[in-house]
Amino acid sequence: MIQGIDYAAIAPPLIVAVAAVALLLADAFDVPGRLLGWLASGALLVALGAVVVLAAGDRRATFCLPAGLRGQGPSSCSYVADGFTLLFQGLVLAAAVIVVLLSVAEVAESRLPVGEYHFLLLAAIAGALVLVAARDLVTLVVALETLSLPVFALVALRRYDGRAGEAALKLFLVSVVSAAVMLFGISLVYGSTGAMHLDRIAVARPGPDLAPVAAVGVVLVLAGFAFKVAAVPFHFWAPDVYQGAPLPVAAFLSVVSKAAGFAGLAIVLVLGFPRYGHVWGPLIAVLAAVTMTVGNLVALRQRHAVRLLAWSSVAQSGYMLAPLAVGTDRLPEAVAATVAYVAIYSVMNLGAFAVVIAVKITDLGGYRGLARSNPVTAAALAFFLICLAGLPPGVIGMIAKIVVFRATVAGGVTWLAVVMAVNTAIGLYYYLAWAARLFAPAEEAVQARPIGRPLRPALAATLAGVVVLSAAPQLVLQAVTLAT
Amino acid sequence: MILAIMLAVPLAGALALLVPAGRFLPGDAAVRRYGVGVSGLTLLLAMAAAVGFRPGTAGMRHEIDLAWAPAIGLRFHLGVDGVSLPLVLLTALLTFLCFVHLVRRPQAGGHARLLTALLLTLEVGMLGTFVALDLLLFFVLFEVVLIPMYAVIAIWGGPGRRRAAYKFILYTLLGSGALLVGLLLIGVNAGTLDMVELADRHGAGLSRGVQVTAFLLVGLGLAVKAPMWPLHTWLPDAHTEAPTVGSVLLAGVLLKMGTYGFVRIALPMAPEGAEVWAPGLGLLAVVGIVYGALACLAQRDLKRLIAYSSVGHMGFVLLGIATLTPVGVNAALFGNVAHGLITGLLFFLAGTVKERYGTGDLDALGGGMLARAPRLASFLTFAAVASLGLPGLAGFWGEMLALLGAYRPDPELPRTAFLIYMVVGGLGAVLTAAYFLRLLAKVTHGRPSAGLEGGPEREDAVPASPVDGDGGPGGREDEAGLPASLVNGGGGPEAREDEAGLPASPASGGGGPEAREDEAGLASSVAGGEGGPDAREDAVPASPAGGDGRPDAREGAAHFPASPAGGADVREDVAGLPSSAAGGDGGLGAREDAVPASLAGGDGGPEAPEGAARLPASPAGGAEAREGVARLPAPGADAERAEYAVWTPLVALILLVGLWPKLLLDLTAAPVRALLGGG
Repeated sequence: MIQGIDYAAIAPPLIVAVAAVALLLADAFDVPGRLLGWLASGALLVALGAVVVLAAGDRRATFCLPAGLRGQGPSSCSYVADGFTLLFQGLVLAAAVIVVLLSVAEVAESRLPVGEYHFLLLAAIAGALVLVAARDLVTLVVALETLSLPVFALVALRRYDGRAGEAALKLFLVSVVSAAVMLFGISLVYGSTGAMHLDRIAVARPGPDLAPVAAVGVVLVLAGFAFKVAAVPFHFWAPDVYQGAPLPVAAFLSVVSKAAGFAGLAIVLVLGFPRYGHVWGPLIAVLAAVTMTVGNLVALRQRHAVRLLAWSSVAQSGYMLAPLAVGTDRLPEAVAATVAYVAIYSVMNLGAFAVVIAVKITDLGGYRGLARSNPVTAAALAFFLICLAGLPPGVIGMIAKIVVFRATVAGGVTWLAVVMAVNTAIGLYYYLAWAARLFAPAEEAVQARPIGRPLRPALAATLAGVVVLSAAPQLVLQAVTLAT
Repeated sequence: MILAIMLAVPLAGALALLVPAGRFLPGDAAVRRYGVGVSGLTLLLAMAAAVGFRPGTAGMRHEIDLAWAPAIGLRFHLGVDGVSLPLVLLTALLTFLCFVHLVRRPQAGGHARLLTALLLTLEVGMLGTFVALDLLLFFVLFEVVLIPMYAVIAIWGGPGRRRAAYKFILYTLLGSGALLVGLLLIGVNAGTLDMVELADRHGAGLSRGVQVTAFLLVGLGLAVKAPMWPLHTWLPDAHTEAPTVGSVLLAGVLLKMGTYGFVRIALPMAPEGAEVWAPGLGLLAVVGIVYGALACLAQRDLKRLIAYSSVGHMGFVLLGIATLTPVGVNAALFGNVAHGLITGLLFFLAGTVKERYGTGDLDALGGGMLARAPRLASFLTFAAVASLGLPGLAGFWGEMLALLGAYRPDPELPRTAFLIYMVVGGLGAVLTAAYFLRLLAKVTHGRPSAGLEGGPEREDAVPASPVDGDGGPGGREDEAGLPASLVNGGGGPEAREDEAGLPASPASGGGGPEAREDEAGLASSVAGGEGGPDAREDAVPASPAGGDGRPDAREGAAHFPASPAGGADVREDVAGLPSSAAGGDGGLGAREDAVPASLAGGDGGPEAPEGAARLPASPAGGAEAREGVARLPAPGADAERAEYAVWTPLVALILLVGLWPKLLLDLTAAPVRALLGGG
């Protein structure tokens, strides 16, 4: 049976995937490396344009079950381009443009193979774009692996560096294990509900014998996403991988990959497993509490900028998970809160990574005196860090925290909100200590560090994003409310 | 609208300072005047908001209600009523006075531009907290003060500033987390964040369990800020280490944000929760009163003593709140304002004292300030007496009414417990009197320099100080040169233990080393106090500072003038000060890192007119009297006209409020009745 494909709906991932292959070929035909970076970001911008066009139109769906097979059930489409999908696709693409801009200098300096680098990056982004649109478990898994596999290679691209190889191996092993667990979970869910499409799983009523099996399956599926978002206990890869990988790849992992992971998690929980809220709700609550606490406590002891960002992003995953702990009670509101936090976090964290990449300082002590040598860059970093800590003048970071607190309290999980409150104070310490270092006098006179040309628009874009959102948080909150 | 402008002015003022110095307001002096202008304008706006205020009415005035982030129900809702108006005026006034203070007394540590921007941001947060009428907006503005105050302490604070700043921000942030959860608990369950509406409902629609939890969480957050014993431990460090303007705003305004929150949010919105927790709150308040008083009795540092006194005073405020009666809550609001005025004045005075004498240590200050600096001492006496609650001054009414409120608490509360609180609180008031009298006895009264040494040594010491013969104005020897040389002598031995290599000056034989508990750090600041009040900026204290290794001091170290004794030469190394008095005495001057014994202070001569080149009194010359040195008053000098400008308004208000309490009570009475549900 031949299905019609709505090419408009799948345009964003399609453009990116085609561009990925094109870039690989272009490299083979000796197109200059510098050009490839701009081509990659150009392709991403085109895809972003497609998302904007789609957002103006109606909801689109494709790869649906043919009417003959559908029975009385729901329409069951595998790929849906609704508000939620487009919001995340826009987020992923915008973040990806920044990541590509951050990569240009790094690729040249670290002697990475240019064509392969951009091919892998775009392939992973295509995976992320499909992941946020997937509405059945098989598509989800395929998209998740499309997102993961290129990243292993990206992490290992600095072949001369032993740490990169170790990081890639670590990432690979954790990923494979979690994928295996997830696949097992999916098989249990399929076995007990007889469905792969989320909308069918949601309405399926397994018998009393099979209900526990389905519940176990749900929990195991969560494990796969827990890895992707670096939630405890699947977080061990994060610090080593962030440190070993090229920095833009670390930024990609902590923002794009994580955002896609949360989108997938939200899709599965809301569309597929709302019936099992009593199972995964408390589980996520514990997961969130442990994740944020472990992340923050370990981050306190970090002396390496990237490792600190890694642990802080683990902690931030905890905050993002928290609203989902409400289970079925006020779930849409909770998902909106998580999405808003993910969106805001992406801007803030990308900004922090952009500065770290721009100034090329890894040891936290090296940041002393940066305010003297590079006042604007230092002020930007301080602002990003204060935003991540969630304090004014970083209003947007604070609003993000409030949103998450609000959803958690509204869902009746007050204890988790209190844990989060304590964690906010712990988190403040290391962000603030870093920010304070920028303004501390340096031991020796510091030279102004030149900021590479492609990095400037990346920095400016993230900084503008945070400042504008701080003044008008409504922009992102409204978009999220509309989309969810 | 006027309230929005009142917030916009300092905010715009702070943002304007982001413009690079080259293009806007070059020079620190211009920035300082700019600060005065902006805060003055804000004060005018605040006063304009007060115009036409009719006492006895409860409603909000100048309301403005705009959507900010509708998705989470965050509205930009401002308004002012009788409860918030006095605090708004107090905030605007104290901030303005801080800027006035900074014009004449530039903050040591530089970065005037940054300091101005931070103080203006701080003002936005403080004013905003008092006029916010949306729970989340309140929270946002409540948090705005944290980073600026952290930075003010961490950049311009005393030696232990980093630790103190972290302690401050982590404690309060921990509290704010709880506060946020509590506020959201109220907002989510009641379905609105509007503070006026929530207060009107008096908890209707909130279950008892929610109210109890919400009051606990909100109360926890506010109690850290207030601060309530045992959550106060951040306060003494923060107050002591903060620069003068930081201490004034911390004690004068920031603490009030906590107690104001109790009155505005916790009591009216969760009345059932309040009934459950009020006895506990009262107990902790009373413990705070007694603890604060006892802690004060044990303090040796002026600023620390004032800081602990705040714990006691805020205890009275919290006790008033805990009674849940209009009398008690009015007392609390009165106490808030009174404490803001009095403690603001006290910290200004403490800053001046520390500047002149280089130390806040009560023993090192010695007695006799009334003789040495009669006007400064009179102000100090006035502020201390006001703070201990002398009838007729502002401090009295808040305490008396709070105790009165405890005598007849809300009928739902256990009366016996509150009677006990009242008695214990009364005892605390007596103890308060005791420690302030002890303060006065130690500092203002007594013979000059009583804390240092007796007569004979003095006589020995004076000639040792080269200045007296040299540049010191005649007839002032025993007041001027003397403390200086003695202090140095006292510092010497201790500093030497720290390998600072300070020679004992002749004076130190008799000079009381035991008067020092500090290490070289103190000695260095003492020395600084002599030549020019501030060690860090003026650099006088070279050698002790060098021994101490305190970078700030070393940075600013200037070459000290050689002594008339002539034996020593001006060293080139940073720490190398020629010994002077000691030099006359023998070979001491040749030692490395020798301390210039009494040179600086004696040289400075207390009465030396401003701007006079005091330092290089010595024939050896070569001193680089810095601009800052020349401008600052001599050690032990009396108050100057510029300082009256800062102190007098506060004194006048303390008198006004103390003699005419009705003024304030009328303002708060009606809204308080409304907040408490007409009770």
